[in-house]
Amino acid sequence: MSDLTTTNTGAADGDHGHHGHDGATAGEHAEHAEHTELVLPNGRPAPAPLPHEPRRADIDPTAAKRAERQVSIMFTLAILLFLLFVVAYAAVDKTTVIALPAIGTMSASNLTLGVTFGLAIFLIGAGAIHWAKKLMPDVEVVQLRHDLVSEPQDRAEALEIFDAGAVDSGFGQRRIIRRTLIAAMALFPIPLVVILRDLWVTPPDSPTPSALLKETIWTKGERIVTDGSYQPIRPEDIPVGGLVNVVPASLLEVEETEGNLNARAKASSIIVRMRPEEIRSQQGGTPEEPWDYQGILVFSKICTHVGCPISLYQKRTHQLLCPCHQSTFDLADSAKVVFGPAARPMPQLAVTVDSEGYLVARGDFQSHIGPSFWEQGS
Amino acid sequence: MLLLALLGTGVIYAAVDSGTSAQAADQKWSEAQIEGGKKLFAEGCSSCHGLNAQGSAIAPTLLGAGAAGVDFQVGTGRMPLAAPGAQAVAKPPVYSQTEIDALAAYVSSLAPGPGVPTAEQLDIATADLATGGELFRTNCAQCHSFAGKGGALSDGTAAPSLMDATPRQIYTAMVSGPQSMPIFGNGTITVEEKQTIIKWIAGLQADDNPGGLALGRLGPVTEGLFVWLIGLGALILVAIWIGVKAK
Repeated sequence: MSDLTTTNTGAADGDHGHHGHDGATAGEHAEHAEHTELVLPNGRPAPAPLPHEPRRADIDPTAAKRAERQVSIMFTLAILLFLLFVVAYAAVDKTTVIALPAIGTMSASNLTLGVTFGLAIFLIGAGAIHWAKKLMPDVEVVQLRHDLVSEPQDRAEALEIFDAGAVDSGFGQRRIIRRTLIAAMALFPIPLVVILRDLWVTPPDSPTPSALLKETIWTKGERIVTDGSYQPIRPEDIPVGGLVNVVPASLLEVEETEGNLNARAKASSIIVRMRPEEIRSQQGGTPEEPWDYQGILVFSKICTHVGCPISLYQKRTHQLLCPCHQSTFDLADSAKVVFGPAARPMPQLAVTVDSEGYLVARGDFQSHIGPSFWEQGS
Repeated sequence: MLLLALLGTGVIYAAVDSGTSAQAADQKWSEAQIEGGKKLFAEGCSSCHGLNAQGSAIAPTLLGAGAAGVDFQVGTGRMPLAAPGAQAVAKPPVYSQTEIDALAAYVSSLAPGPGVPTAEQLDIATADLATGGELFRTNCAQCHSFAGKGGALSDGTAAPSLMDATPRQIYTAMVSGPQSMPIFGNGTITVEEKQTIIKWIAGLQADDNPGGLALGRLGPVTEGLFVWLIGLGALILVAIWIGVKAK
């Protein structure tokens, strides 16, 4: 190995030595530029090659020996670490937690497995690179580039072949073939359009995507229950300044039949309560029959921007904040957007109490829940 | 000067009444406590909250705040306020628990409000951890984050980290709704359910980090920053090492 690099080191000093190795690697351009100095295809002289500096391992056998030893030590360490990995896997208790400076507590098993395996792989790579840099042949190669454009005669020949093909195939003469082929290719996208059409038009007896998004399982008289514990709620359970995450009582029945993620995603709501005189406006209702019940307001929990579930109600400002994109709604003022990218207020659910004094919905949401979309018309 | 006066009053009061502090939610406060609290209130709180706790242009009314509200705000050091701002921040409490009880007694004597929990109400031994996790994710995680590390809100406010919150503080915060936080009353989240939530938060506080560096448990923000700076930085250094010509 060392005499090969030494040969090259000697040869690289003058331009005479180039053809010996470059002829095989650099191709014809280096071949016909070999004589006095390199000339680029554009006629300019090539920049003079940098002087070659031999590496210490090339000229000093002890340095080469040392590099060889370093590489083999890295590979040997990798072997040991792989074995240590197996030992650690078998020996280290999975539940042991140890404390490390700066990092804190962590699982001893994760630490030993990660360090042994990761370091072993790193050492294999590092050894290979060290080997290549210190010991493998240090040949400097010049590879000249040429223009990408083909030679004029090649281009003329290609055109000839194309013209001959056009004449032979009869594409110019046989008009009926040409026209039907063009028509067939023009209709190529039609099947794709027909398939994709189902994305926005559905059969007449099934609900449209718009209707699917508009309808939730909230109905008139539907009891409002707490999310998680599913208990009906009385108005006196909610103090002024209170927040309750709620779902319709029928959600549990839906769950039994078909799984309730779609129904839950659309019907999830929040209750907030403020003093009635703090409510500046609501999305519907009359002074005699407002949509709130004694200051209890119910809104959809699904953000009208891109549908994050939000219940970050700040009771001092009555603002509802979406953590995803910072849309902010003023729940005391029809849930209007006061900041952020949302375009519509959070839909409000009209509420009242039933004969037993529990909070119930007075119907479904009057506007689409969740993100805005093309067909909703607003 | 105000602080000195407060401390002085506190020391005198503590010398007079050195009772213990386990107060039941519906326990009757003693007349002495109410009287002592009134005195403390007049000296330490009334300049902002008004002589009768009716509130002012710079501070909310405390009518209805209840013993729980006082216990949380004063017990976590948020009150008395260090400086006006978007949010009162926690600091070492200025008052002793005896003084806080007196203040709580006085404020709850003005108007009905949420009470402080009894020791039994904070007993989480038999609480169901899984229920607590579900209720925490439904009701608390939105602001305080899934790991309980807190998070930003709007207009300079933020939901604080729950890592140092005691069961008593968690309970009183839920029933009183300090500052921006809404009230999670016992009507919709029962005392038993609050116990499960407290148990879940205690679990979050005691959690180890099996993977080592938790990076604040803030999720993609710090993890991404770590990978981009440390991870990518290391790769660039290795690439430079590969590219440099050996000597």
